[in-house]
Amino acid sequence: MSQPLLEVKNLVKYFKTKSGMLHAVDDISFSIDEGKTLGIVGESGCGKSTTGRCILRLHEPTSGQVLFNGQDITKLNQNELREVRKDMQIVFQDPYASLNPRKTVSELIGEPMRLHGMFSSRLERDAKVLRLMDIVGLAPRFVNSYPHELDGGRRQRIGIARALALNPKFIVCDEPVSALDVSIQAQILNLLKELQNEFGITYIFITHDLSVVNYFSDDILVMYLGKMMELAPSETLFANPMHPYTKALLSAIPIPSLHNRPERILLRGEITSPINPPAGCRFAPRCDYCKDICTKVTPDFHKVDTDHYVACHLYS
Amino acid sequence: MAHEIPELKVENLVVEYVTEDAVVHAVNDVSFEVPKGSTMGLVGETGAGKTTTALSIMKLLPDPPAKLVSGKIEFAGEDIVPYSEKQMDALRGSTVSMVFQDPMTSLNPVLTVGDQIAEVIRRHQRVSKLEARTKAKEMLELVGISGDRAGEYPHQFSGGMKQRVIIAIALACNPKILIADEPTTALDVTIQAQVLSMMRDIKQKFDTAMILITHDLGVVADICDTVAIMYAGRIIEYGKIEEIFDDFKHPYTEGLFGSLPNLQKRHEKLKPIKGLMPDPSDLPTGCYFHPRCKYATAECAKRQPKKTYLSDTHYVECLAYEEGTGVKIEGGDIK
Repeated sequence: MSQPLLEVKNLVKYFKTKSGMLHAVDDISFSIDEGKTLGIVGESGCGKSTTGRCILRLHEPTSGQVLFNGQDITKLNQNELREVRKDMQIVFQDPYASLNPRKTVSELIGEPMRLHGMFSSRLERDAKVLRLMDIVGLAPRFVNSYPHELDGGRRQRIGIARALALNPKFIVCDEPVSALDVSIQAQILNLLKELQNEFGITYIFITHDLSVVNYFSDDILVMYLGKMMELAPSETLFANPMHPYTKALLSAIPIPSLHNRPERILLRGEITSPINPPAGCRFAPRCDYCKDICTKVTPDFHKVDTDHYVACHLYS
Repeated sequence: MAHEIPELKVENLVVEYVTEDAVVHAVNDVSFEVPKGSTMGLVGETGAGKTTTALSIMKLLPDPPAKLVSGKIEFAGEDIVPYSEKQMDALRGSTVSMVFQDPMTSLNPVLTVGDQIAEVIRRHQRVSKLEARTKAKEMLELVGISGDRAGEYPHQFSGGMKQRVIIAIALACNPKILIADEPTTALDVTIQAQVLSMMRDIKQKFDTAMILITHDLGVVADICDTVAIMYAGRIIEYGKIEEIFDDFKHPYTEGLFGSLPNLQKRHEKLKPIKGLMPDPSDLPTGCYFHPRCKYATAECAKRQPKKTYLSDTHYVECLAYEEGTGVKIEGGDIK
């Protein structure tokens, strides 16, 4: 078996807060093969974005390893990191907030190439900017526009063009379509998929929208309060969810059809605090199947079937 | 049933925003009715005119720049367009209420939630402070929050809880009409499911006429009886929920459904609508949707489509359904 492009081992990220340690990401491990997509899903505060950022070292992980092409990037110094970042890019959620309002489209897309000294002349760089704009479907007439002159969908295309500028192998997409209207959302999803087919890019696709993640991902990781709950190939996860949280999450998806509507499982209560969480399963306070052991012992994340992992005492 | 006066009726509503540089045509001739106990989903993308329609019904349009150019808005047969601000004040909160999208910013941070609910009750009903407070606690219980929390401040509640408080405020005086503008958009899916199921119960209990504004067809399928699809300030298709979900006719409605990933067919490529929403200050000629429509012909740029009724309750604004236009819809998902 070949080595996966990205391997995350026991990743932990705690934030110090006034009231205690906030366990944002707590012992996450997974791997992604080249050209594949891993979807990370979960609700607000589950640690999915923090995970994405730790992988790029936009947050310094508290502990754990991030192996990219076999190289542990948590050990790299700034210069080495800069080299590796050419291959690892991110597309942010909010196309309104992630672009410098004082730069033109051409400057914004050209910036990563300028910083990494990819081209010796400005002409070459400008030509590449136009090629990138063409790839992401931005008309050349926008080359001198400023972000405020463009709508959300086009701004997100700039974000994608910027991420593509250095020909990366791997892109973290952090809720790339959540701020967009459905018809534009579909345009961007199709674009990201075409780019993957054409350039063999590997994605981590972070979202709270389960129908989007199902469409987009090969494997899906479900997180809850910083912990991994379940990991499986998309089809398996949707056909045979095992963790009670995954089941409730899937049943809560609003289905745009009047037929085949699933029985809805309504969860009690709301997400509990991630600050100094008690021992036991994080989901236990909301779980209908909660047993004695669930509030005392943290369940292992273990294999239950080929490629299907779950952290729940019901299955151990 | 046909002779019953609907709780809310909007007729030929036209709203513009007039600025120095341009006139923005936000709502262009919108008509609909919502009978007692029924929920209409108002669906469309950003800039379709959904919220402007809602604010017109509340008479909360910012004037200037907004201008209600023409049309009627009737509450139980009574046109409220000529009403004064004082008359509207008496209606808002008691006859008609609105739930806004963002639960984080629509509560007053320095008042307890109990006081905020009691405020509406005291404003509209002659009750003592104590009675209002008791009623406020009852309202909290109704939306699934323990009455003991009435003395807490908004920051002590989570997003889902705040949205419940806002719904409690809106319902405090048993309004006949409730407008909910994207009430669950800011919430996580499991919390959204909780809030939607609560709204369904409340609607049955009080027989409220409700408008649910949303861009999420999944939420519509969950709770609505009728659906109005809005595009560039017009309702381009309207019908009972089955008529829209199982038998949609407008190419834009087709595009909306085609843009959504289907859980059953995950490998099917999405079929987005090409292009962008038109600029409402510079609307295209003819059918507003024609520049993005895959079936459009030269005729579509010339003529504005009229309502074509396909059943008593289902209409569509598209030339393909009008006689003698030569426009045809073929090869898509429209049956």
